[in-house]
Amino acid sequence: MEIVMSIVAGVLFMAGTYLVLSKNMIRIIVGTSVISHGAHLLLLTMAGLKTGAPPLLGLEASNYTDPLPQALILTAIVISFGVTSFFLVLGYRAYKVTGTDDTDGLRGPDAHD
Amino acid sequence: MHMINILIAPILIPLLTGTILLLIPKKITAQRTISIIAGIVLIAVNIFLVLDVYQNGIRTLELGGWTPPFGIVLVGDMLALLLVTTTSVLSLPVLLYSFRSIGREREKFYYYSFYYFLITGVSGAFITGDIFNLFVFFEVMLIASYILIVHGGTKVQLRESFKYVLVNVISSALFVGAVAYLYAVTGTLNMAHLSERIGSLDETVPILTVIAVMFLIVFGLKGALFPLYFWLPGSYAAPPPAIAAIFGALLTKVGIYSLFRTYSLIFVNDTAFTHTLLGILAGITMIAGVIGAIAHQDVFKILVYNVIVAVGYVLFGVSVLNDSGFNGAIFYLIHDMIIKAALFLLVGTLVFVAGTSKLKKMGGIIKYYPALGWMFFVAVMSLVGVPPLSGFIGKLLLIQGGANAGDYWLVATMMISSLLVLYSMIRIFLNGFFGKPTLERPDQFSTAKGLLWPSALLIALSVLVGLGAELLYPLVDIAATTLLQPEIYIEAVLKE
Repeated sequence: MEIVMSIVAGVLFMAGTYLVLSKNMIRIIVGTSVISHGAHLLLLTMAGLKTGAPPLLGLEASNYTDPLPQALILTAIVISFGVTSFFLVLGYRAYKVTGTDDTDGLRGPDAHD
Repeated sequence: MHMINILIAPILIPLLTGTILLLIPKKITAQRTISIIAGIVLIAVNIFLVLDVYQNGIRTLELGGWTPPFGIVLVGDMLALLLVTTTSVLSLPVLLYSFRSIGREREKFYYYSFYYFLITGVSGAFITGDIFNLFVFFEVMLIASYILIVHGGTKVQLRESFKYVLVNVISSALFVGAVAYLYAVTGTLNMAHLSERIGSLDETVPILTVIAVMFLIVFGLKGALFPLYFWLPGSYAAPPPAIAAIFGALLTKVGIYSLFRTYSLIFVNDTAFTHTLLGILAGITMIAGVIGAIAHQDVFKILVYNVIVAVGYVLFGVSVLNDSGFNGAIFYLIHDMIIKAALFLLVGTLVFVAGTSKLKKMGGIIKYYPALGWMFFVAVMSLVGVPPLSGFIGKLLLIQGGANAGDYWLVATMMISSLLVLYSMIRIFLNGFFGKPTLERPDQFSTAKGLLWPSALLIALSVLVGLGAELLYPLVDIAATTLLQPEIYIEAVLKE
């Protein structure tokens, strides 16, 4: 199962990298989101996908899944959610001010000139 | 509050200050008063902590009472506390400069809150003893920096912050990936526990070398190491000088500190490969940075490339893995934080009075602003490392460390690049302050006066660090000894 998930994470990283290298702002932002998904899936996979009960003591199972990576992913998800929402607003504002969503269109003389 | 909890104060004070300032966005006088008071309290607490660690050894704080490696532990060793103290000491003059320069509109939009959240992130990253908690503090610092870099929303800021956020989002995803691999191999996230587990291995483990290089890429992206520094010149030249000063002084330094910590504590399994790689990259960083500094005609760009050169110097000290190298790297890191903040403020003032950042368009400014001119001269001498000033002792120890390790090529590269740094900065002095006067706006005399005091404070601090090197040396030596002997750190944290 770990091998399948590693391949899936690899595909997510690949797709994210492809999107980030494009010129369109929204594609870039979606790309960073996909890369974050890849990283979270990698974190879950690397900790091991052995079968066990969900980490709830009420279930009284003989073995549980590792709770630590789940806590780490939960933290990483909210951080990437906050950053992505900021990034989207930033892209929107840049589009409003510069009038283009093409990253090449962002080039121009500096304010210090 | 028990005395043992005081180690959390460098994180808690700026966090609380930032939160309180969120409540009173329109009351600028109150915001300024609260931020000044908090800054002074922070400096006092940090100096107390440094003296405490000097007398009693490493101070640790187990959050929630969970013993490491099971809970998060804060570790105040000498290196972390020296850097936290330097952070708080230099952030106060930059805050004073903000009062004069940042403008009402920005002040009303939570500028001081995010300033303090940035300091929260930086202090937390220095003090934490857990690798995932380091990631979280990196994000606290970065999110505050995203907002500060775009604060005001000019066109150039929007463009540069889009790049800056993109680069940092990707490096954060890589950080999570690297932590995932490290957890899979070792099964722990506590730095001392990681060090113990990896240090007890007898042979080199290739996967650990791969993970070490992954962390080099992650922290190299944050700390602007060659070839990962491409984002920095544009980003740091975009925001106003006060924000650029705090970025230039703190942000890359957290990346360097993290490399320092991981490459001295955790990844000591295959130093023949990892530290040689670090040394080579540090050497190229010095050259690449100095080429940029010479090539540019824009005073901000010249200074920004000098930030990159300093990254090379400090990491060269880390790569040699001996006592003088580590001492030199720590001295140079502290010196560079102070002097870069001072130079950004001085160059910001220079651009303000000259009305342009183009070197070719300015000249003869020393006639109207002699204090600014001579302060800039002293700062440049300190940056380059002229003996009585703070840059000297760090470079001397770095050269000694490099020579002891037999890295003569790197020592030569460093000395040549120092000379070129002098050339790049003295060009601003000769061209901007002397030469044909072009100043057409002498009406700004009075407004520039208040901008000079904060830079004067920072330069005085740099002179004090240079003259008081004898007093500072024992502290730096303790920090270097702890780094060279991870057992001290492990014992303090895991209490075996």
